[in-house]
Amino acid sequence: MGRAIRLVLVLAAKDLRVEFRTRTSLLSAAVFAALVLIVFNFARDPTAVATIDLAPSVLWVTVAFASVVAMNRAFTTERENAAFDGLLLAPVSREVLYLGKYLASLVFVLLVEAIALPLFVLFFNVDLGPALPGLLITMLLATAGFVAVGTVFSAMVVKTRFAELMLPVLLLPFMVPPLIYAVRISTPLFQGRPLSEVLAGLRFLALYDVAFITLSVLLFSAVVDE
Amino acid sequence: MAEPLLLEARGLTRSYGAVRALRGVDLTLTPGEVLLILGPNGAGKSTLLRTLAGLLRPQAGTVAVLGRTLAGDDPDARRPIGLLSHQSLLYDELSLLENLVLVARLYDVPEPSKRAHDVLAAQGLSERAGDRPRQLSRGMLQRAAIARALLHQPALLLLDEPFTGLDAAAGDRLRKLLATLHDSSRAMVIVTHHAGEAWEFATRIGILVGGRWAWQGPRPDDIGAFHLIYQEVVRG
Repeated sequence: MGRAIRLVLVLAAKDLRVEFRTRTSLLSAAVFAALVLIVFNFARDPTAVATIDLAPSVLWVTVAFASVVAMNRAFTTERENAAFDGLLLAPVSREVLYLGKYLASLVFVLLVEAIALPLFVLFFNVDLGPALPGLLITMLLATAGFVAVGTVFSAMVVKTRFAELMLPVLLLPFMVPPLIYAVRISTPLFQGRPLSEVLAGLRFLALYDVAFITLSVLLFSAVVDE
Repeated sequence: MAEPLLLEARGLTRSYGAVRALRGVDLTLTPGEVLLILGPNGAGKSTLLRTLAGLLRPQAGTVAVLGRTLAGDDPDARRPIGLLSHQSLLYDELSLLENLVLVARLYDVPEPSKRAHDVLAAQGLSERAGDRPRQLSRGMLQRAAIARALLHQPALLLLDEPFTGLDAAAGDRLRKLLATLHDSSRAMVIVTHHAGEAWEFATRIGILVGGRWAWQGPRPDDIGAFHLIYQEVVRG
């Protein structure tokens, strides 16, 4: 168990180090998030729909699309010099390999969200103060679930010719349930309601995470073994 | 008493759609053996090597290394294997040293940093330890890939056309290195198009045609005689 955890951390650290060296995906995702927020900011009519009603949807649409951009990178670096063959050849179980990739993607997408959230506050002038703890828990739970699925799909499409196009096509349907719940949780939080009112939604997100992380761990071997 | 088998492959079969790349290939190797695999393009040589490495799952048949069957649920079965493939298996965004330390950690090699420095020094790459793979020449990159393949001191070394793209000096250097690696504890499988490249330390030769062995045997004494055999076998 100790070896498995150590290897998960080694693999995740490698992925993050590679990403921070290039910064291309992080910058692309952050710029993409900023652009989406700018477009929404100028497209909305504050007299037609109150900001507080629109804000949760805008936040999660931004998070969803920026996350897809970010997750496209999970296996693209592995294509260079057939580096992924080196990982498959190593005495490391496929489960550990998956969890290492998953952890790196999760940290990466959370980082993109950490950039997007202040931009969202800036453009929409929303007071997140009381909603912030609940919103952070929601972001963590929702992200943990769809990144789990995204990591498997990213491994699946990386050898296809249109990987960047295939990933959103496959992933977005699986992102819909956590996104719907994330919006439904965020709306009352933005309206100043207490966290206790959204516990059912948070439980759903936790359940989604457990189900899809388990499924993804089990499926990964079938996806990567030729 | 029979020698213990280092590698045992039985009935390996693999197809890509309608193309049958391997048709029931059997192969055994004992420590100290060096098998040279030759054959025309599309004979299944690289497919066989990738299957022996555990990177391709055979549709039928099994591969066992030191008695352990290669399968996804026994990662330790892959530990004795070292692979030198067409590509370096190195990350372009990491330095050579970082790449090798990563490999050492994945293989639980004690003192990863020291071992990485040692294998780089053995390949004459100490001064390039901080460089990225893309900053190296083809010959240097091949040496870095060799360092990667040898880092965990594999008992079974699989080499896929290791001389491709090397100039004469780099080729000689690689031949000398392979000669030093040829010892009683290790077995090697070398896939090549030119028997002469690794002739001196080969102990057995196999000719693969159409996904099955067309000829196998101990290395003949005369390479000229072998060329005649090869032409006859390949022409069918």
